[in-house]
Amino acid sequence: MKPHWETWAEEAKAEFPRANSALLPLLHRIQAEEGYLSPQTLAEVAGLLDLAVPYVESVVSFYSLFYQRPTGRRVIHVCTGLSCALSGSDQLMHRLEAKLGIQQGQTTPDGEYTLLEAECLAACDKAPVAQVNLRYRESVDLEAAEELLKGEVES
Amino acid sequence: MSQARRYLLRNQDIPDIDRIEVYEANQGYQALRQAFNQYEPAALVEMVKASGLRGRGGAGFPTGVKWSFLPDDGRPRYLVVNSDEAEPGTFKDRELIEHNPHQLIEGMIISSYATRAREAYIYCRGEFRRGAEQLRRAVAEAYRHGYLGENILDSGFSLDIKIYRGAGAYICGEESALLESLEGERGNPRLKPPFPAVAGLYGMPTVVNNVETICNLPPLVLNGAEWYRTMGTEKSPGLKIMSVSGPVNRPGNYEIPLATRLRVLIDEYAGGMRDQRGIKAVIPGGSSVPVLTADQLDTPLDYESVLAAGSMLGSGGCIVIDERTCMVGVAARLLKFYREESCGKCTPCREGTYWMTDVLNRIEAGEGKPGDLELIADMADNIGGKVFCPLGDAALGVVVSAMKHFADEFEAHIKEHACPMGARLYYDTVNH
Repeated sequence: MKPHWETWAEEAKAEFPRANSALLPLLHRIQAEEGYLSPQTLAEVAGLLDLAVPYVESVVSFYSLFYQRPTGRRVIHVCTGLSCALSGSDQLMHRLEAKLGIQQGQTTPDGEYTLLEAECLAACDKAPVAQVNLRYRESVDLEAAEELLKGEVES
Repeated sequence: MSQARRYLLRNQDIPDIDRIEVYEANQGYQALRQAFNQYEPAALVEMVKASGLRGRGGAGFPTGVKWSFLPDDGRPRYLVVNSDEAEPGTFKDRELIEHNPHQLIEGMIISSYATRAREAYIYCRGEFRRGAEQLRRAVAEAYRHGYLGENILDSGFSLDIKIYRGAGAYICGEESALLESLEGERGNPRLKPPFPAVAGLYGMPTVVNNVETICNLPPLVLNGAEWYRTMGTEKSPGLKIMSVSGPVNRPGNYEIPLATRLRVLIDEYAGGMRDQRGIKAVIPGGSSVPVLTADQLDTPLDYESVLAAGSMLGSGGCIVIDERTCMVGVAARLLKFYREESCGKCTPCREGTYWMTDVLNRIEAGEGKPGDLELIADMADNIGGKVFCPLGDAALGVVVSAMKHFADEFEAHIKEHACPMGARLYYDTVNH
């Protein structure tokens, strides 16, 4: 556990009328720093908020944006909703899988890329869309697919 | 097309309206002053009732009526804004929060004043990183300018707004699941009644409204209930944002007077079909509603007319499907979404969406068996009306209506062990 997590926990608790509401905000903050939520981290978060460990595990497992395995420096979400599918998101996913040598749901061995499928990302007018570390990339045709893998990204 | 004056989507006309100075220079926070000066809270609720404004998240419940359900028992009250937009085909709330967050904040202050809430929350979809940043920045600006906090504009009214990020779960757009999530739980829906108005956030009286609904408040206060009723119909007055996607020339968000015809939305607002393609079907209100067919394009887009046509206006997520697209593929893709997003709490939804998707996938793959369509219909029967929350019913909308209107396509997949049109869902437009 990092010492400042305690401060973060107190800040999150202070923001809401009931302490349980602090759980998701604290998990977001810690994951942004750590990249994912290890079993050890979940136990520590439970301790910080006076919650049972299985309760925290149960909550975390419900939400797709909480990662319980290490992720790459670049987490790529490809939207596979209907509007994106009509614009070729499956081909986009296949291209990225081939390029990275992994299947969706996996992380490259060098820890650089995680490739995930996203449900409708609410950007259907710019289909097909993807996100890199939750930043939108719009109208990603196959030529633009490689752009998802390049350039600087925020963590 | 020459666009009528915009009210909700002024961000499309005014650059940088997401900044408070620009927002203020364009009548921003004038509605709030007017609300404080002209209305007692109860009178404001009556005005909203009189306007006929209905919830824009999908259900279309009258907003003022919803507000008046709050019991007057001295307990703290909460306003919760649902910004968990994840209904496939819908992308209006994201534009509203990213590009004009102060409009939402002003609407929230007015709504909280009307409902006498002292604390308000925005539940922002976890994937909306930019949206959450914009909201945080705008809320901080609003505090600095005296629109939030204690004794706002010397009105005696005080309000705090907090932003809460979801973490990836479609079901949290359902209001009771949203409240569970806001309380740090898994997003499983609650049994109703009690409704949130009586026992909502932390068990207190709570109003849950959609982003677009609340964004109607500033123009409504400035222009009045009668103005609102100059648009739309008696039962569906006012403005609605429609998100148009699919192979049209100008996909995007369009603000329409309700009862605008579907054909006008597609041809005039969205610029018509790309390459003059024919229309096979339209999903008019997000992926949870039945499809309309090409002979229904004259349907006026208001709640009653779309319902009479066999679908629902829903969230206004309008997905246009062209004549070359395979409806089995469309149905399979959407059903997979509901299977992924079922919270798993109740069996008909969890198991039903799972097995229906499997059977649909095998039909699409050309491996369907005689009797598979009856099997799907039977499973749909065992979901519809027998589930805990609206998600299970929503999963059936497109599948059941597509099987009804395009039965020949489904049957041909089974008989010919392939798509009769040689079409695949995913062949098209950008990535071919």
